[in-house]
Amino acid sequence: MSDIAIDFDHVWKKFKKGEIYDSLRDLVPALGAILFSARRNGELQKQEFWALQDVSFLVKRGEALGIIGANGAGKSTVLKLLCGILKPTKGTVNIHGRLSALIEVGAGFHPDLTGRENAYLSGAILGMKRIEIDKKLDEIIAFSGLEDFIDTPVKRYSSGMYARLGFSVAAHVEPEVLLVDEVLSVGDFPFQQKCIQRMKQTLSQGTTVVFISHNIPSVIDLCPRAILLGGGQIQKSGQSTEVSRFYYRAFSETHRASSSVLLEQSELFSADGVPRSVFHAGEWARIQLTLRSKEAARDLIAGFFIKRPDGLLLFDTNSERNGGIHYSFAAGESRVIDIDFRLNLPEGTYLLGANLWKSEDGFYMYQDEMLEFQVVASMLQGYVFVDTRWR
Amino acid sequence: MLAELFEHRQLLYMLAWRDVKIRYKQSAMGFLWAILMPALIIAAGVLVRYAFSAGSGRRFALSDLAAVTLKSVPWAFFVGAIRFATSSLTGNSNLVTKIYFPREVFPLSAVLAALFDFAVASVAILPVLIAANVGVSLELLWLPLILLLLVLLTTGAGMLLACANVFFRDVKYLVEVFLTFGILFTPVFYEARMFGKWAPVLLLNPVGAILEAMNNVVVLHKPPEILWLTYAACWSLGGLLVAARIFDRAEASFAEVV
Repeated sequence: MSDIAIDFDHVWKKFKKGEIYDSLRDLVPALGAILFSARRNGELQKQEFWALQDVSFLVKRGEALGIIGANGAGKSTVLKLLCGILKPTKGTVNIHGRLSALIEVGAGFHPDLTGRENAYLSGAILGMKRIEIDKKLDEIIAFSGLEDFIDTPVKRYSSGMYARLGFSVAAHVEPEVLLVDEVLSVGDFPFQQKCIQRMKQTLSQGTTVVFISHNIPSVIDLCPRAILLGGGQIQKSGQSTEVSRFYYRAFSETHRASSSVLLEQSELFSADGVPRSVFHAGEWARIQLTLRSKEAARDLIAGFFIKRPDGLLLFDTNSERNGGIHYSFAAGESRVIDIDFRLNLPEGTYLLGANLWKSEDGFYMYQDEMLEFQVVASMLQGYVFVDTRWR
Repeated sequence: MLAELFEHRQLLYMLAWRDVKIRYKQSAMGFLWAILMPALIIAAGVLVRYAFSAGSGRRFALSDLAAVTLKSVPWAFFVGAIRFATSSLTGNSNLVTKIYFPREVFPLSAVLAALFDFAVASVAILPVLIAANVGVSLELLWLPLILLLLVLLTTGAGMLLACANVFFRDVKYLVEVFLTFGILFTPVFYEARMFGKWAPVLLLNPVGAILEAMNNVVVLHKPPEILWLTYAACWSLGGLLVAARIFDRAEASFAEVV
């Protein structure tokens, strides 16, 4: 048996915009159009567009792949091609192993049936055998936390209860290849945690997972590898932290600097002026920016920001908001700007960026990810470092 | 295709079970629903037959009642199954666009659910047939084969119409019209032989040929006309093969069009 679970090979998919003729009256002109125009797969007719263009990727057995991208990037089309709901216009999709897709929670639920009956129905739709459901029913009900309502028709469920039951059934299918689309965002926080735990457990049992989401932190948490889709093509593929950084950067780069100010040097120091790149949580640090302006510029605002390695912006401040300071340059002048800041951050790797701007003129300088530093701390959890004094 | 379908047989049962269950849930009539339609057809048929016999100056015989009763139940099955099957893909569009399994499951489960109603109604008409003094004969051994032909014919037509309805929504309305008036063109209320030399024209309708064969073996205790039974069998098997092929071809674009 090969160790490739999913082979998505040079796939193209074409869709049609606008209305499709769907009453018999429209059939005659449509047939005429088909008869009198030669139709080829590779060409676009009027109103057609490519939803996917030459997308290829491989997923190995037991691997987890994340797919991210903005709305309309083609994520759902990829997923539907993977499950076989859609067929590619060109190219091939090969899946090795029993596949189950979590595209919609509560797939096939009928409002008039009870929770128990729907668990059987949905289980069968997701590809479970009856004896399998018999065996796992108690577990499914316990996972959903709906023991008291399992014999109530689901039309009386709240949407949260509905989603919980749906996910519980889906989480017990135990496929060899699992496709997940945004379904982790259902239910309350404890239930979401339970779902992520369950996903991790599934992964550790050697299931191949493709996870499609807007929630980038959870993609990074679950999948070491990711691809970024945009406009129906793969924009970037690789380590998920890298791909996600690329994704976030794609947005920040929409405001391009005029680069009339050059960043000649940027350095990171400890509070007493020693160059450093590793800090303790709660320590003071200093960035030193050496800037040279090609032309005269007045009243510029300097800013700096801290990002996580996955590209998520953690903090962004500027000299105007934080001190009311403006900087002016004569033509050809060089200046040094020192910024002292306290690292109230938990353990981890961080990226620093800086910019120089004026609201009327936009950016004079924009430098993303210019420095990298690390924070070490005895505590690991959470998003910020809070100073504490115990009495 | 058959192998894939076999693998998903449990899903087929589950969907049929769902259709049956929701029809009988939260409804005041419950299982009477399965009997209501054949009962109305029988009532209408008795009325028509009574008018026939009054017109021709002959007495309304018990065999008239038996024939109408016997034929109304499979006709009700045919109508119900076709109606359910036609809208089975469009009615489950959320499943068609969200989850993959062989799409044949939808029309097949609709036919299966209708078959359940058929079974209930068949049990219900037994007392009527006994009261009408139908009796038993060896010819009854033909019945399973005839019923099989009816089910196959219905399945083929159902698959084809379900498929067509995905692409053209007015198929459903067309089907309604045909089913409503189809009873007048099919020998349900009357016997094809009443039309003398024009009888074969009525038997060209394969449903008619099947119903006549049933009437022969159950009520008249004589073998079915082999020629017409073979004719109906050709429709059943050929229709099913053609329907399966078209369905298979069109299946790939269901999710995009539905």
